Amino acid sequence: MTETNLHRHSSAFSRLSGVLSDVVSRPSGAIGLFLVIFHIVLALTSPYLVPFDYKEMNASFMLSGPTSTHWLGADHLGRDVLSRTLLGGREALLVTAIATPIAVIWGGFVGILLGLVGGRIDEVLMRIVDAFLSLPWILKMLVLIVTFGTGMFVLIPTLAFFYGIPVIRIARAATHDVVARDFISAARARGHKKMTIIRRELLPNVLDTLMVEGAMRWSWMLLAFSSLSFLGFGVSPPTPDWGLMIADARGFMSFAPVGVIAPVVALSSLIIGINLTADSLAKALGIDRAQKAPV
Amino acid sequence: MMDKPLINIKNLSVGFRSLSGKIMPVLRNVDLSVHCGESIGLVGESGSGKSTLALAAMGYLKRGLQVIDGVVQFEDHSMFTLTRTDLEGVRGGKLALIPQNSGQSLTPTSKIGTQLSEALKLHSSLDATHHKQRVIELLTQVRLPDPEAIFERYPHELSGGQQQRAAIAMALAGEPEALLLDEPTTGLDVTTQAHILELLRELAADTGMAMVYVSHDLGAIARVCDRVMVMYAGEIVLEGTTSQVLKTPIHPYAHGLLASIPKLSDAHLPQALDGRPPVPGDAGAGCAFADRCALVSNVCRKERPVLHRTPNGEHVRCHHFTDIDKMNSTAARSAVLAQTDNLSKAFPILTLGGLSIRYQQKGLLDDLSARLFGAEKILIPTVDDIYLEIRRGETVGLVGESGSGKSTILKSLAGLLSPAAGQVLFDLGSTGQSAPVQLPSVVEARGHDHLRAIQLIFQNPDDSLNPRHTIAEILAQPLTLYFGLTGDALYERSVSILERVRLGAHYLNRLPSQLSGGEKQRVAIARAFAAEPDLILCDEVTSALDVSVQAAVLALLNELKHEKGTTYIFVSHDLAVVKALSDRVAVLYQGRMCELGPSDAVYSYPSHPYTEVLLGAVLEPDPDSAPKLVADDIVELSPPAKGCAFQRRCPRRLGTICDEMVPEWQQGAGQHMIRCHIPLKELITLQKDA
Amino acid sequence: MLNLFLRRLMLGIVTVVIVSIIIFLGVELLPGDACTAFLEREAQGKLLENCRNDLGLGRPAYERYLEWAVGAAQGDLGISANGQKSIADLVGHRLGNSLLLALCAMCAGIPLAIILGVVTGLWRDRSVDLVFSTSAIFAMTIPEFVSATVLILLFSVWLEWLPGIVLTPADSPASDFFPEILLPVIVLAMVMTAHILRMVRSSVIQVMESDYIQMATLKGVPYWQTVFRHALPNALLPAINVVALTIAWLLGGVVVIEVVFNYPGLGRMMIDAISDRDLPVVQAIALIVATVYVCVNLTADLMTMIANPRLRTHYLRK
Repeated sequence: MTETNLHRHSSAFSRLSGVLSDVVSRPSGAIGLFLVIFHIVLALTSPYLVPFDYKEMNASFMLSGPTSTHWLGADHLGRDVLSRTLLGGREALLVTAIATPIAVIWGGFVGILLGLVGGRIDEVLMRIVDAFLSLPWILKMLVLIVTFGTGMFVLIPTLAFFYGIPVIRIARAATHDVVARDFISAARARGHKKMTIIRRELLPNVLDTLMVEGAMRWSWMLLAFSSLSFLGFGVSPPTPDWGLMIADARGFMSFAPVGVIAPVVALSSLIIGINLTADSLAKALGIDRAQKAPV
Repeated sequence: MMDKPLINIKNLSVGFRSLSGKIMPVLRNVDLSVHCGESIGLVGESGSGKSTLALAAMGYLKRGLQVIDGVVQFEDHSMFTLTRTDLEGVRGGKLALIPQNSGQSLTPTSKIGTQLSEALKLHSSLDATHHKQRVIELLTQVRLPDPEAIFERYPHELSGGQQQRAAIAMALAGEPEALLLDEPTTGLDVTTQAHILELLRELAADTGMAMVYVSHDLGAIARVCDRVMVMYAGEIVLEGTTSQVLKTPIHPYAHGLLASIPKLSDAHLPQALDGRPPVPGDAGAGCAFADRCALVSNVCRKERPVLHRTPNGEHVRCHHFTDIDKMNSTAARSAVLAQTDNLSKAFPILTLGGLSIRYQQKGLLDDLSARLFGAEKILIPTVDDIYLEIRRGETVGLVGESGSGKSTILKSLAGLLSPAAGQVLFDLGSTGQSAPVQLPSVVEARGHDHLRAIQLIFQNPDDSLNPRHTIAEILAQPLTLYFGLTGDALYERSVSILERVRLGAHYLNRLPSQLSGGEKQRVAIARAFAAEPDLILCDEVTSALDVSVQAAVLALLNELKHEKGTTYIFVSHDLAVVKALSDRVAVLYQGRMCELGPSDAVYSYPSHPYTEVLLGAVLEPDPDSAPKLVADDIVELSPPAKGCAFQRRCPRRLGTICDEMVPEWQQGAGQHMIRCHIPLKELITLQKDA
Repeated sequence: MLNLFLRRLMLGIVTVVIVSIIIFLGVELLPGDACTAFLEREAQGKLLENCRNDLGLGRPAYERYLEWAVGAAQGDLGISANGQKSIADLVGHRLGNSLLLALCAMCAGIPLAIILGVVTGLWRDRSVDLVFSTSAIFAMTIPEFVSATVLILLFSVWLEWLPGIVLTPADSPASDFFPEILLPVIVLAMVMTAHILRMVRSSVIQVMESDYIQMATLKGVPYWQTVFRHALPNALLPAINVVALTIAWLLGGVVVIEVVFNYPGLGRMMIDAISDRDLPVVQAIALIVATVYVCVNLTADLMTMIANPRLRTHYLRK
């Protein structure tokens, strides 16, 4: 490895670790990152931790409050709430963890391209992006899900597609900001190839924005996923899922509140964790997201 | 026995708390007293604490700063112990501020009239019904044209100079006894700056206000101040009368600072002051200037000098001020410029034939709305009719105020902007035997040799160096692209280039954000020279830098030029800087060339009336020289559709001929060319008389 | 300025037209049509063909699009697939109810958000700021159905203060929805407040650090006068557009809230229509929602233009 290559790697690496330590040094970032990691570890290990089979019904414990066997009680079908809560985030995490990078990559790619190309194509495509954004997410998603079913192979591409569209806008704006700077003109004037300029000058500067954007998209995707489950359009029973569990247990809230509270706490802690991390990441990278609309 | 001072600052130290909890001082033991009617200049480079000191006089500190020690008194008030209400009564009343950037210091959402009336409401006993009348009076006093109309305008509707005048009027509203001016003319065009300074001088004379004038510009200070205090790293290092400080500076820093200012009268480059000032709060135990001082000795590093009082009544913070005479003899004068004689034999490297550039960008919707609402406009070219032949090894300066199109021309030569008309011929061979070829107008169409041969250096290195690349990566780009260097060869070449711009190999793995402004610009220069270019386009390369750093960069550019025989096109708004480096100078107004010739000829009579205006407005750091203001300082937004470009502001306007016909070029002595309807002989008598 | 607004108006109209094309194409591309949905299992052979002929589904797509779009522009949204009722009639009350919900939430949320945003911005990093800023993150990130469920549990199950479900029929007058509407309004207002608060806070902080605020302070303008005369007009200007976008974005959340509270609005109708595969109704609702979105943004643009002197006047008057 040559001397200069060494520098390149060390600078990228030291920057990343610098950003990470900045995130962790903020209380909100530390808490957020802890929550996210906790949930990921839980999702990976929960099948080996759960005390009961999530499908197992026990009529004698139906809607019972917390007991010594069922620490968080049982639901209306007599299934263990603790086990179902521990398992309830796996599907959501898996789907969104795959869909988020796809959304950011395709949206980012198109956005950067439009930002660079400009002109008529850009104007026309941005109108289409605007048009898509003017439809509520739930309508767009539901139409596809109702038609094609609720399997993972429908949910992942659907989420990735619709959540990539706002990324186009963000990436395009970020591209415009960077392209206006002199170091891009300098690279152009030197006569580098377009692709080299994009890869070496533009991307590293746009990636910060996309990273923060990705973290935010992840939390909104989780929100969408669990909302769909809640409405009955997400995962199909008996697979445990927090949204679905809340929907099921709502009817029995007055005498078995733990059945609602457990998945509420689980889902909220994950989403808040992601948001706190995203917020601190944005601060560490010097990006102000607060002044942007959530589209 | 002198009367009681108006502003009295004693032993003031101000600092901020660093992340580690330590207090880092930005002002150290500063004394300042200003008497009625006195005008004091605070001079220093960025980070010297001069603005902090001026704001502290108003009892104001920027967020994060705190008083460590000392008192600030205005009349009988101790400013840092006053209640908020009392403070509000003093500020803007008896003690008023004129801010650096009025464009950003006037509230964008309220009208000029409203903002001035507010000041009257707060600080004058006038009845509310008379406010408007008084505001109009104030606006007239600062010589704003059509004050009634200005009253109703928003800040963004005024030009920079007008905004500054409005800010002055606002400060006058409270009939202050003391005025603090925080770089009030920085960022303005030279003619506007000169006009504002004249206005301030007259106001001071008329009203008897005391003034504290903060600036990095010794020329401005020389014009308005009786006494000058030089600040360095948060300390006052020299205090004396303006002529003492500017003519015989007895502190090594002040001495170096003055030597680093390019002057119109100098035949040589300004002398660089090496090194950089300590980071705020980072000054060690000894003298803060020790590391950059030519007179440094052991005692300087160990012991912080006290402020000595000299027999002449000056105050100086230096152990060796009595040895100041040694400075002149020890420091060698910088290299004299290249000989112009050899140049006339050289072959042209670049020929611009009728270059014309137009900014235009239209989208789908503009098209549509233009068709629907008929808003089609005739576009006058931003830059037009540029004919220029540049010889190999020559340095051609382009001067003009903002909007003169000088940077646009450079961008077009670099292939970043495609011209609307005209051709550019470029000769790669140095012998003149190869025929010059047409230079493709866009960079994408240029061949490898052309790309390498022409390099562009930008104004602001913060913007022209990718913040995510290390210096090694930045330098590797031209080296790999043009010479295919990799591995050890690349490393070695990078190090040798860095050394040529006097930066060590240890800079290679730093990021631009870890460098000072001057160091960054050196990297940008190194990147351009790495291509071993024939022609370097310099776009205001020293404008973002402090004076002492500017001198070092100019010296570096000059040195590299001699070493490599490189040709420069050097763009700047600063006439003295252009003169310091250029063999020939072209003067531009609104994208049209007015005058072209050898520097000496352009900087003496006869001149194009615009050049005359520009030269008249130059402020020299000499209390005995006064600017000659021969035209007003209107800002024009676009060139006239026909006739002479300068017709609307010209002090020597003939009549309709100027509006109707573009003047022909008149040839003077040597290669001196002037584009004016007035015959040269007549021009020279007119200008000599003035 | 008029020119600028006409430009925005044109953009808005173009967006609505493109949306209508997307909606129409989207529905076209889906397997099945109005007749397969209406006839369900009997959708085959002669019966299906007759139905398609009746509804004119055999004609080319662009003809049907034009007919639909022109009809929609005139207020005729077609007829629903099941029930054969005029969609305009079906949608009317529902749209009104949804707007009632949104308006109530806006009236409560926007002033609250602005006040809290200014307070947290002025006292940044103090305890007030920490409390509200952290709460805002909670409020804006937790899904609407979660906060709704928690509020129902608190206020209607345990405390029994407010009804947790809306039982009023869709065509009742607005006053009948009180107090049932309160909980859904609170949930919606919470999310809205959180988003706008963060935006206003950040904008206030930025403005308070600007040169003109420093200048106003050094001119001797009393603190609160500085805040109200100099800071807020500038801090709230950029907020207008973000508020509009936020409101428009929340339209998706309204759907969930309506389902949770059984509120007879457009959102619940949409969910029902999607479940029933009543495509004409889905099309109509989508078009209405998109138009509302565009109108909200246009209003914001207009307000910004009126309030911002930079947009109101030319850059430099000669």
